[in-house]
Amino acid sequence: MKEPFDRVVSVHGATVLRVCRAVVGPVDADDAWSETFLAALRAYPDLPADANVEAWLVTIAHRKAIDVVRRASRHALPVAEVPDRPVEVAGRDLDLWSAVAALPTKQRTVLAYHHLGGLPYDDVAALVGGTAAAARRAAADGVATLRRTYPAIDQEER
Amino acid sequence: MTDDDLFPSVDADTLTRLHGELAARAAADGLLDVAYRTVETPVGRLLLARTPAGLVRVAFAVQDHDAVLAALASAVSPRVLEAPRQLDDVARQLDEYFAGRRTTFDLPLDLQLPRGFRRDVVLHLPDIAYGHTASYAEMAGLAGSPRAVRAVGTACALNPLPVVLPCHRVVRSDGSPGQYAGGAAAKLTLLDLETRVGVAA
Repeated sequence: MKEPFDRVVSVHGATVLRVCRAVVGPVDADDAWSETFLAALRAYPDLPADANVEAWLVTIAHRKAIDVVRRASRHALPVAEVPDRPVEVAGRDLDLWSAVAALPTKQRTVLAYHHLGGLPYDDVAALVGGTAAAARRAAADGVATLRRTYPAIDQEER
Repeated sequence: MTDDDLFPSVDADTLTRLHGELAARAAADGLLDVAYRTVETPVGRLLLARTPAGLVRVAFAVQDHDAVLAALASAVSPRVLEAPRQLDDVARQLDEYFAGRRTTFDLPLDLQLPRGFRRDVVLHLPDIAYGHTASYAEMAGLAGSPRAVRAVGTACALNPLPVVLPCHRVVRSDGSPGQYAGGAAAKLTLLDLETRVGVAA
């Protein structure tokens, strides 16, 4: 039996948003999130009952992120990296997202799908191309760069 | 470094806003098969659910709202989203009812859940006027099967739209309230409300 879609949103909504923020940046992330869940809602009745829902969502998010980036580059709008509201947490987050945004695309997306979306490297490789080993290396390189450009990460360890 | 430390958590306000926008777009795109919300009432928190056709389910807290939503996902469609605005009209009419300012509901109803005789019974519940009661035997007569008294009890217990379709007005032949899906206290509260308002009118 399939659970109500609202449950899917409450369980996986935060994860998908973090993936979107890492892949397309904080400004376009909301758009990518909305497109992802709207597409997921449309397809949900046909999803096999035993499917890995989070991996399914991350796969949709990957496609929607590509769409959002394409649309943004077509319109060639300047991207204002300013939060809607001056919230302290958002300010701190923004530093991180800037550090993430500075990563090469491959490292950024691999890091998002594996570390945030929980996809195994085999699945990540299927999405972004290349081998699982290459995906693993790209993620490791990305994390190493983040440690350098955003040292606060290590201070925040629990 | 764990994955959770690598990226900060996202704030609840953003997710709430995105959820609201998703529900609105889903409704506009015809993807919102079941919209729901909860309302606080004198008989506790009620779950209200509707399809594009109309109100499909009202449930008391004692009926376990999560279980009711799971049942709707299975019986109607898994495209279930919390979308309070889709139920604004229902919430308003319930407010008016509990304030004693409304004696009948004027809402589109989706009666796809009850089948057969149970459907006949719930369809005839509004025949019992506000402030009045009928016995299970009288209700059986109204539904066209005078001897199906026990089946009337079952139909009332499984009424998908309690309060709106007034199964609380069906009582034992000795006049005592009898059982109720929302609990005996809820049934008494509703009957008291209607008696009070009915006398004042």
